[in-house]
Amino acid sequence: MNIHEYQSKEVLKGFGVAIQEGIVADTPEKAVDAAKKLSELTGTTWWVVKAQIHAGGRGKGGGVKLAKSLEEVKELSSKILGMNLITPQTGPEGKLVRKVLIAQDVYYPGASKPAEFYMSVLLNRSTGRNIIMYSTEGGMDIEAVAEKTPHLIFKEEVDPKTGLLPFQARKIAFNLGLSGNAFKEMVKFVNALYTAYEKTDSSLFEINPVLKTSDDKIIAVDAKVNLDENALFRHPDLFALRDIYEEDPTEVEAGEANLNYVKLDGNVGCMVNGAGLAMATMDIIKLSGGEPANFLDVGGTANAERVEKAFRIILKDPNVKAILVNIFGGIVRCDRVAQGIVDAYKNIGNIQVPIIVRLQGTNAEEAKKIIEQSGLKVLSAILLEEAAQKVKEVLA
Amino acid sequence: MSVLVNKKSKVIVQGFTGGEGTFHAEQMIAYGTNVVGGVTPGKGGQTHLNKPVFNTVSEAVKNTGANVSIIFVPPAFAADSIMEAAEAGIEVIVCITEGIPTKDMIQVKEYLKGKNSRLIGPNCPGIITAEEAKVGIMPGFVFKKGRIGIVSKSGTLTYEAADQVVKAGLGISTAIGIGGDPIIGTTTKEAVELFMNDPETDGIVMIGEIGGGMEAEAARWIKENNRKPVVGFIAGQTAPPGRRMGHAGAIVGGADDTAAAKMKIMRECGITVVESPAVIGKAMAEKLSVKA
Repeated sequence: MNIHEYQSKEVLKGFGVAIQEGIVADTPEKAVDAAKKLSELTGTTWWVVKAQIHAGGRGKGGGVKLAKSLEEVKELSSKILGMNLITPQTGPEGKLVRKVLIAQDVYYPGASKPAEFYMSVLLNRSTGRNIIMYSTEGGMDIEAVAEKTPHLIFKEEVDPKTGLLPFQARKIAFNLGLSGNAFKEMVKFVNALYTAYEKTDSSLFEINPVLKTSDDKIIAVDAKVNLDENALFRHPDLFALRDIYEEDPTEVEAGEANLNYVKLDGNVGCMVNGAGLAMATMDIIKLSGGEPANFLDVGGTANAERVEKAFRIILKDPNVKAILVNIFGGIVRCDRVAQGIVDAYKNIGNIQVPIIVRLQGTNAEEAKKIIEQSGLKVLSAILLEEAAQKVKEVLA
Repeated sequence: MSVLVNKKSKVIVQGFTGGEGTFHAEQMIAYGTNVVGGVTPGKGGQTHLNKPVFNTVSEAVKNTGANVSIIFVPPAFAADSIMEAAEAGIEVIVCITEGIPTKDMIQVKEYLKGKNSRLIGPNCPGIITAEEAKVGIMPGFVFKKGRIGIVSKSGTLTYEAADQVVKAGLGISTAIGIGGDPIIGTTTKEAVELFMNDPETDGIVMIGEIGGGMEAEAARWIKENNRKPVVGFIAGQTAPPGRRMGHAGAIVGGADDTAAAKMKIMRECGITVVESPAVIGKAMAEKLSVKA
């Protein structure tokens, strides 16, 4: 589960990670109040207005601006709040900005030059251990750094038996070229960051940039926190940070019905039991000349109620020109699923798009008969190849 | 000989008296699996499905000689159940549970090091050795006896592949569902290795999906050690990056874990990779007939 930058920073701060301070606001007036309060708290005289959406690259889309006066805070906040922010990660449709973070200016001049680093914490799947990945090249797209200057990306793996060891935190600070107070601050920062990662059951932390200020403080200027959804049951406080406005409304609705649905851009909808078979069915659609309109796993109990809900969800997408139902009945009997499909079809009433139903497994022949004798505009198949062929015919 | 489980395996069910545990234990017994008992803490001494219930795994092992365990325990407690089974000396631990937190699995992985236990899963359909033992939740009738081994990250796609293999005139030796989570006990490579060393397996179907580097690792191993034909498929060629496709581990994070990248490496390592999941069985039949 993703959370906003302002929430991520609050979470990190709770574990002693130094951050760029800020106050969130949802109107220009509140933004000005936030700016005033922030000046009292931090002494900042400039402010950064940052759009709060669940996507990176906000600066590139015009969602992050520097304000040098309270008037500018108001002006920029009015512009950013309510804007449809398009970034490389939002897709062309963009995302509506509902909140801005008014943050302190941390690039103030001072005794030393500020420096930006990159730091993330994540699972190394091949070893089953967490790693801290970091780079001297902060403030830019890390994938570009990995491509152009891979030698500037460092990794530190954490042994789960011991946790992060002091020498590892020191090594990170040394590799980032730090000394004196900045070195000490970085060691503290790394320790607090890793503790926060463990204690929150996160699946990704990305801090880009980590800033060394001109007075040798180390702070998180941006923060991306991704929480392990499987662990949210033990963190009700973190689950409360979910912002459903950031999610696709149809996906939210599907989730409430316990359907695993992901909206895609294609023209052929699909309904499948099992995640792997669902992905494979999307691939079949593509090979048959279509594009998948969604991923949808109905799970182990494909009864009439769930099938109907799934149909209704798929049909919400106006781009859907055909639907492929692919169920491998194991413990679930295909004839039951077929009856469920027929009932759902009748209940919905006015389905205009062709539906191809492929039922394989227990009682597949009986299922095919039920579909064929229903008199509905439904094509049936038993073999996957047959189903693919029918998708091709329907699209032709 | 067979891979991991056979008719001599003595199987216990952890989470035996719960809904899932009961249902699938009944199915496993009906298939002919030698289920010798189960574990539900607090219900020791009772009898369930005509089998003894124990409070702990070690008690079950002591009384029944069990060497295989299947786990149907809710996600919050499943990691503990896996470690309990390992501590009791269970050789093959199959964890069906979906939704175990990654942090718990990091601990499990560490705990299993140096122990004489192999973990399959979690978030998997289990293992079946055709017509001998089903330690899982798959529909047994699909897996007709034969000489093809299947290793797969997903459930229904495994059944699909098995069905195609059978319809192509072949059959299944053992099918292993390794699971779709970011951390799993047995990797694709390890499962493939078991099949390469199994005299009852002539060919291997390897089914992967987007996310992680296990298929590439298996492919490189196959290139060095290949003695049997391998047919491969990667699900998720059309999945967009950054979106999790059902399985916690099925997400394209970087350039290396796309379906296309994996398929390319597999081909380079001599694996017959099919683009369409509809022709897995056919491809294996062709491979074997060419060889014969």
